[in-house]
Amino acid sequence: MRLQLDKGQQALRDGVRELLARRFGPEALRDAVERPGRLDRELWRELGAAGFFALRLPESEGGVGLGLPEAVPVFEEAGRALLPGPLVATHLAAGRVPGAAEGDTVVAAALGGLLEWAEAADVVQGDTAGAVPLRSVDPLTPLHRLPGAAPVDPVAVLLTAAEQLGGAERTCELAVQHARTREQFGRPVGAFQAVQHLCADMLVRTRTARAAVHAAAVTGDPVDVHAARLLADEAAARNARDCLQVHGGMGFTWEFEVHLHLKRAWVRTRRAGPTTESEELLAAALLKGET
Amino acid sequence: MDLTHTPEEEDFRARLRAWLAEVLPTLPPPPSPDDWPGRRAYDLGWQRRLHDAGYGDVHWGASPTVRLIFLEETERAGAPYVGASFVGLLHAGPTIAAEGTDEQRERWLPPILRGDEVWCQGFSEPGAGSDLAALRTRAHRDGDHYVVNGSKIWTSHAEVADWCELLVRTDPGAPRHRGISWLAMRMDAPGVTIRPLRTLAGSTEFAEVFLDDVRVPVAHRVGAENDGWRVTMVTLSFERGTAFVGEVVACHRVLRELAAEARRNGRWDDPALRRALGGLHAEFRALWRLTQWNVGEAEHGGGVPGVTGSVLKLAYSHARQRLYDTAADVLGAQALDLDRPWVLDRLSSLSYTIAAGTSQIQRNIVAERILGLPKGR
Ligand SMILES: Cc1cc2nc3c(=O)[nH]c(=O)nc-3n(C[C@H](O)[C@H](O)[C@H](O)COP(=O)(O)OP(=O)(O)OC[C@H]3O[C@@H](n4cnc5c(N)ncnc54)[C@H](O)[C@@H]3O)c2cc1C
Repeated sequence: MRLQLDKGQQALRDGVRELLARRFGPEALRDAVERPGRLDRELWRELGAAGFFALRLPESEGGVGLGLPEAVPVFEEAGRALLPGPLVATHLAAGRVPGAAEGDTVVAAALGGLLEWAEAADVVQGDTAGAVPLRSVDPLTPLHRLPGAAPVDPVAVLLTAAEQLGGAERTCELAVQHARTREQFGRPVGAFQAVQHLCADMLVRTRTARAAVHAAAVTGDPVDVHAARLLADEAAARNARDCLQVHGGMGFTWEFEVHLHLKRAWVRTRRAGPTTESEELLAAALLKGET
Repeated sequence: MDLTHTPEEEDFRARLRAWLAEVLPTLPPPPSPDDWPGRRAYDLGWQRRLHDAGYGDVHWGASPTVRLIFLEETERAGAPYVGASFVGLLHAGPTIAAEGTDEQRERWLPPILRGDEVWCQGFSEPGAGSDLAALRTRAHRDGDHYVVNGSKIWTSHAEVADWCELLVRTDPGAPRHRGISWLAMRMDAPGVTIRPLRTLAGSTEFAEVFLDDVRVPVAHRVGAENDGWRVTMVTLSFERGTAFVGEVVACHRVLRELAAEARRNGRWDDPALRRALGGLHAEFRALWRLTQWNVGEAEHGGGVPGVTGSVLKLAYSHARQRLYDTAADVLGAQALDLDRPWVLDRLSSLSYTIAAGTSQIQRNIVAERILGLPKGR
């Protein structure tokens, strides 16, 4: 029993991290923010070539033939890097929409009352009647609001939770880095207990969410998945806020990436449907005696 | 990522489950919480049954995973809690196993495992709680004995303990952390006076212990003289890292009972309450997964749990308090009735963010020792 990544999963994660560092580093991120609504098709195809979308597709269908325990660390990396685009929707469409697996086709889908990237996508899936465009709070995610919210596939919920986890890990790291180096009153601000305690709580949230997300990847059980979702949403949004706080005035600037993490965390929180639905599902499971 | 168990582990689970099913119905009803001698007898009796059935040393003799299976199964089956055996089994014992001499292991471990002897923990003092290294209880050498003077406080189970893991200052001239030693002291030694303290829950869970020229053989020191701080860190990492793991499972059970009670008394119809229960379910599920994560790490690392115990302790102690606050929501006005289940638990949950190191201290540890932030003041 071991919820940590095994060697193959680590290698996969490192590969994706390396690819994203090379292709979607801080400059590309800034660039993407300056040109909202535009999706980097070349990067999308590179992701396709690296198996990002075909990861869970059986080898017999031209996929990589891996499972959720491999997809989760890959989506964590996407979350850390703030990679834009309908990643979950396209991943889920692999094998069902031609070109999705290879990264040639960008697929958007209605998820939890939201439609992300509808205009940039080649294919839009799900019931999108009555979609209303929004002026999206997240400059990296164009959005439509939908009138109803269809139930969301647990796999989409879990992969979103993995992205949230990646974001939570990243903002915790950013906060700690800053706290170690920024000096006030003649010492690093990380020597002040109030700052230390913010950082400690970020780590606790991240580690608890991480254990829940990894376990859900192994079991695939909807109760585990929705539990992981709640913990990961909380970790992503709270860590981004605390990271902002640790950065002081710098945290409130457009240049610093933490606001993008917070805004994306808010978008992803909606993607899995209302939080209440997950809570109700978990409550109902208690009555059934499933724990 | 892997949640499967080896065939040996599954076999252990199956045997234990069968044994519990056979034995639990034959246990006498537990004594009242105020009946200390009764509780001692009950808790030791349970440990003796475990020992006789071959499960006596599961807390530190087995692999971390087997131990986790043990805690999971005993909790699920509603087996008795370790109770008075807590300190002996969960931190004094493991510390002696890790740091003691062969002779010390032979002297102290079998009686703990057999359920013959109860231990307590004499670390805190009136002037040394969070700042444990400020402790002032003195021990000076007199031949092959230490003569101990001072006092300890909040010593849980002191009234029924045979032995105390005692921290004393053996070199008052040395820097604070260097002059401390870890001793095993008999609680019935001349000069030991125990004064029960009443807790906010109304019981006498812990006590003050006064030490007046108490003679402790030098042979009862675990670790080198003045090296007690290091030994203490081993004890604390067991206390924080593994001692309450089983309680995470227990909280799951409480949550299920709360849901059933809410359904029975109509409170279930309140969506806010259902959401609170659902949220807690998510949290305790995640805490169980975190436990499995840590155990997986321990299984592949050394035997002593590291500072990761602080992460679990922090999250768990606060979640436990929210759990019993939610229980009060389920109970309504009955939450004010001490005879109702969960009401005393709610009171005792208040200690979880204090005992075994306060949340503030755990956050300091996480910040400085895990995140590597500069040392604070
Ligand atoms: C139910 C219960 C059972 C116990 N059982 C035992 C036992 O069996 N044996 C034993 O030895 N001890 C036992 N204890 C004692 C326990 O370990 C101490 O109470 C605990 O370590 C806190 O110390 P203190 O009470 O002196 O609080 P203090 O250290 O005085 O703390 C007071 C407040 O100040 C905060 N604080 C202190 N220092 C810092 C700091 N550096 N940074 C930020 N905040 C700080 C604390 O978090 C707390 O909020 C028990 C306690 C309880 C409640």
